[in-house]
Amino acid sequence: MIAILRPALAVVGLLTLLLGLAVPLGFTGLAGTLFPAAAGGSLIERDGKVVGSALIGQGFASARYFHPRPSATTAPDPENPGSTTASPYNAAASAASQAAPTSQALLEAVKERQAALGGGAVPADAVTASGSGLDPHISPENAARQVARVAAARGLPAARVAALVAVQTEGREFGLLGEPRVNVLRLNLALDALR
Amino acid sequence: MSWIGWAQIALVLALAVAAAIPLGRYMAAVAHGRLRFLAPVEALIYRTAGIDPVRGMGWRGYTLAMLAANAAGFALLYALLRLQGALPLNPQGFDGLSPYLAFNTAISFVTNTNWQAYSGEAAMSYLSQMAGLTVQNFLSAATGIALAFAVCRAFAAGGVSQLGNFWADLVRICLYLLLPISLVLGLAFVALGMPQTLSPYVEATTLEGATQTIPLGPAAFQVAIKHLGTNGGGFFGVNALHPFEGPGALAAALQIIAQQIIPFGLALTFGHLVGDRRQGRALLAVMLGYVVVATGLIYGAEAGGNPLHLAFGIDPAQGNMEGKDLRFGLPLVALFTATTTGASCGAVNAMFDSFTPLGGLIPLFLIQLGEVLPGGVGSGLYGMLVFALLAVFVAGLMVGRTPEYLGKKVQAREVKLAMLAVLVLPATILGLASLSLVLPAAVASIPAQGPHGLTEMLYAYTSAAGNNGSAFGGLAADTPWLDTTLGLAMLLGRFAYVVPVMGIAGALALKPKLAASTGTFPTHGPLFAGLLAGVILILGGLQFMPALALGPLAEHFVLAAGRTF
Repeated sequence: MIAILRPALAVVGLLTLLLGLAVPLGFTGLAGTLFPAAAGGSLIERDGKVVGSALIGQGFASARYFHPRPSATTAPDPENPGSTTASPYNAAASAASQAAPTSQALLEAVKERQAALGGGAVPADAVTASGSGLDPHISPENAARQVARVAAARGLPAARVAALVAVQTEGREFGLLGEPRVNVLRLNLALDALR
Repeated sequence: MSWIGWAQIALVLALAVAAAIPLGRYMAAVAHGRLRFLAPVEALIYRTAGIDPVRGMGWRGYTLAMLAANAAGFALLYALLRLQGALPLNPQGFDGLSPYLAFNTAISFVTNTNWQAYSGEAAMSYLSQMAGLTVQNFLSAATGIALAFAVCRAFAAGGVSQLGNFWADLVRICLYLLLPISLVLGLAFVALGMPQTLSPYVEATTLEGATQTIPLGPAAFQVAIKHLGTNGGGFFGVNALHPFEGPGALAAALQIIAQQIIPFGLALTFGHLVGDRRQGRALLAVMLGYVVVATGLIYGAEAGGNPLHLAFGIDPAQGNMEGKDLRFGLPLVALFTATTTGASCGAVNAMFDSFTPLGGLIPLFLIQLGEVLPGGVGSGLYGMLVFALLAVFVAGLMVGRTPEYLGKKVQAREVKLAMLAVLVLPATILGLASLSLVLPAAVASIPAQGPHGLTEMLYAYTSAAGNNGSAFGGLAADTPWLDTTLGLAMLLGRFAYVVPVMGIAGALALKPKLAASTGTFPTHGPLFAGLLAGVILILGGLQFMPALALGPLAEHFVLAAGRTF
């Protein structure tokens, strides 16, 4: 028994020191030196204050801003300990709706969101909750449907807002991978910068 | 489905296979102990642990050493998770885990399952992630590969009793295979946006004035080994869907390739080790064929969208987007899903719970087929070899001849042990899932109504026993009953499976290697590959058909009829 326990404990212990402490700590130093912004969470600052991360979506409700996708994240309910309440874009607790395709609640939510967007053939990403609850992007079609609202709220010509959306639209990576998309936080920061 | 979608899938698969070819040769060199560039570290470990790396072990000794290493890993991880509240590198001040959750999590990471009944950013200290979970990502992957090496050696030589030295295999796989690739991959992930820092979470003030807590951590390195070792346990709660853990389409493509290269490569390593490279290519062809078909089925089902939503005018162009983020696109989501479930990884970059019923059936079925397509690192290869033995046995029955595989006669003992191993999965999954579908305490964990609820429970035990770790996320999994029985399912799926497999290896190693004659059934051509694919489908999949009919298939027809719950 001892004959087998000694190598087991020693190998697991030594590999823990190497692969669990020495290497990750050294790697953290290296990553922070080579890619300081990315290693630190791709944070975006405005006037010296952190306003978010380029990779993490955030909630927007005002008509003056482009709105992100629905988010199913929750937070502890202050009035009812032990249960949670809706808290979209709560980055401290990434989560999806986990709604089944046959879910009545999902069906009603999709109908309600469609109506809020003026009905008709709205893009699917505008009426469905993202998987992370923190999706930073919307589709270009989704952004296009919001241009008139944002332009009116800001008293800007629609063409100017549409041109901004076009600038902020990212294509497929290498022209091949993924989907065309618009980063909502970056777009809204660019809108604010128009003043 | 679109041509640009299929182009993405084809490109990623081509790159994975292209990388697997040299890696297969390299892993054969690791198995032979030919690499020396970290020899001082290796020697230090052997000396401290009192290991003689050239001393061979029989199948029993090898298996016992493997079990001892895993037991030590479990004990260390369990202690770390319970005590994390009192340990350093815990900037968010998380408490230790409950005994049930710590048991479940420790089993989960030791068995390469990485089922997670917790959410990383809300429960794990940086120390637990690094020194606990990351280490087990390495050790459980190396355990699987070491066992695969031992099984390969049983086929390679005739009349031997020894299958190699477990400790030397384990250390070499960590040092020469997993560590270098993880470092390179990890740096690529940081460059693409994954955090790697020990700083505490950041409080941001959003443009509308709200406060947003942005979680950080030493994520990139752990995520690299998580994919490379087909572990799959997310640093953050929603796994590769989290924008920090899956920052974009290129990162997703790299993650798919990372999951595939070792399982694909090991099929070729097998060819190198047994001295006939065509044998490895035949296994790889079967794995690849299943991945392509499964990807196409998922892609088609999800691109079709949810008929209930399309019925009142939602634009069908994007397909079913509930539970999916935009940046990956459906083609890479489909390939990622087929890979992560076929490869026993369990990372997810879309929520299966919200897939269309047929889109969700495919990942479930891929796990039930025995995690061999291409399977987890190591476990995929030895699982595939079990099916190969059964395939030659079935072929032998057809022509009335004692079956042979690679010059080894396959006789009653091997076939019995192979069937024992293959039956572990259905017995564990169907047994525990049916029990949990009648016990009120377990049924309370199911949030969804209708056939979807059955699928959620079936998926949980399938994922645990298959050592996959992905989830139909709706299930409230952190309860004493589910933590304990899912932990049991993981143990059975890993160890009750591999002990008979090692028994087969021990028996085969002793047999002489016969020269091929004109009557030998060749095991490298399309005929054998087709037979093997059929045996996997029938012997691996048939038992699950009734359960699948009650779950996803029933839901498909209910959905088509417009019924909701």
